[in-house]
Amino acid sequence: MRIFLRLIRRDLGLALRQGADAATAVLFFILCVVLFPFGVGPEPNILARIAPGVILVAALLASLLSLERLFQADHEDGSLDLLALSPLPLEAVALAKVAAHWLITGVPLILAAPLMALLLNLPADGFAALLLTLALATPLLSLIGAVGAALTLGARRGGVLMPLLILPLYIPALIFAAAAIDAALQGFSPRPHLLLLGGLLAGGITLAPFAAAAALRAALD
Amino acid sequence: MSLFQGRDLTCLRGARVVFAGLDFAIPPGGALVLVGPNGSGKSSLLRLMSGLSRPFAGGLYWDGMPVADDPGEHAPRLRYVGHLDAVKPALTARENLAAWAGLDGGGEAMGRALAALDRFGLAHLADVPGRYLSAGQKRRVNLARLALARVPLWLLDEPTTALDRAAVARMAELVRDHRAAGGMVAVSTHTDLDLTDPDILDVSDFAPDPAAAFAEAMA
Repeated sequence: MRIFLRLIRRDLGLALRQGADAATAVLFFILCVVLFPFGVGPEPNILARIAPGVILVAALLASLLSLERLFQADHEDGSLDLLALSPLPLEAVALAKVAAHWLITGVPLILAAPLMALLLNLPADGFAALLLTLALATPLLSLIGAVGAALTLGARRGGVLMPLLILPLYIPALIFAAAAIDAALQGFSPRPHLLLLGGLLAGGITLAPFAAAAALRAALD
Repeated sequence: MSLFQGRDLTCLRGARVVFAGLDFAIPPGGALVLVGPNGSGKSSLLRLMSGLSRPFAGGLYWDGMPVADDPGEHAPRLRYVGHLDAVKPALTARENLAAWAGLDGGGEAMGRALAALDRFGLAHLADVPGRYLSAGQKRRVNLARLALARVPLWLLDEPTTALDRAAVARMAELVRDHRAAGGMVAVSTHTDLDLTDPDILDVSDFAPDPAAAFAEAMA
């Protein structure tokens, strides 16, 4: 467990030292959302209607943006070999890297989301549901993405292949997340949708590290 | 004291058999030098020994116990130095080493990292970021991992690449100390590391005979 936390701290330290990775995701998210009013037009009702979907899809794409580098940098410079030979099982290594990825990209997205919701005129009823869904959905995106990143490791043009692999897997998360916010906006309880999302997250935490580790083993072989 | 053995190892890369029926044994204090032309499987054999890749046939044995029974036991007793130096450009030499020291589970990562750098004559570069290190210096930072903690088995894949003569001498000294303490080392090298009475293993001796393989396929 101590080594697990040290690995997360190492990744966080690296990301903060380089800075760009963490900032890129959240800036991409903001720009992506800001583009919509220009494209759709500044009609407040329409913006309020599409706000949940726009914010969720933008968050999903922003999370995807930095996933490609999740294992690649370590693979290229040989660190992944050494991580695989550390006392930590490869599953735990994958989970630690996912946790670091979420802290670096997911948390800033959650923090930026209320501002973006304000920008798109999302009614106040939806704010709590938006934050809750993002808190459940962003770690799920990192988990699913890690499997894709591990699978495309070492593949030529892996960065293009990976979104094709994992975007379809994001659909269930997107459906329940959007449904939760919509329910809140219409005065219903978002609870059932959030519970389903939580169920997906629980499944992701237990299964994704194993899938990612299996893919990493194949890449190292 | 332990004995590290490989029995009847076959390595497959893609559809090609790199070597087959390879046996080796490294006794305590022993050194196994892997020789052979490029592509003969020296690096593949070292990766097999480390457990990073799995043999197509045959097995590894530690004190007679199959390594495959408990792969998690094997990793902590070895240090693997591959072609890539695993030096992060954003971290200083010391932070790079301390990160690895921390991940092997021990405490005092920073102190151990500094001591290890000192053994490789890199103490003056401790606070230099990895991106400013030369190829030889990066290699020395990577090799300094060997001095972080005592483990029984070192697997070194051409450790002397990019090293100057003084660093090669230092490396030879480190290997000598390691062996004197009962450590084992397997090293692939083109240049002489000046080891005392090593076992030489020519990996290309175990390459499958193409004519025989062809005849077998035709039969």
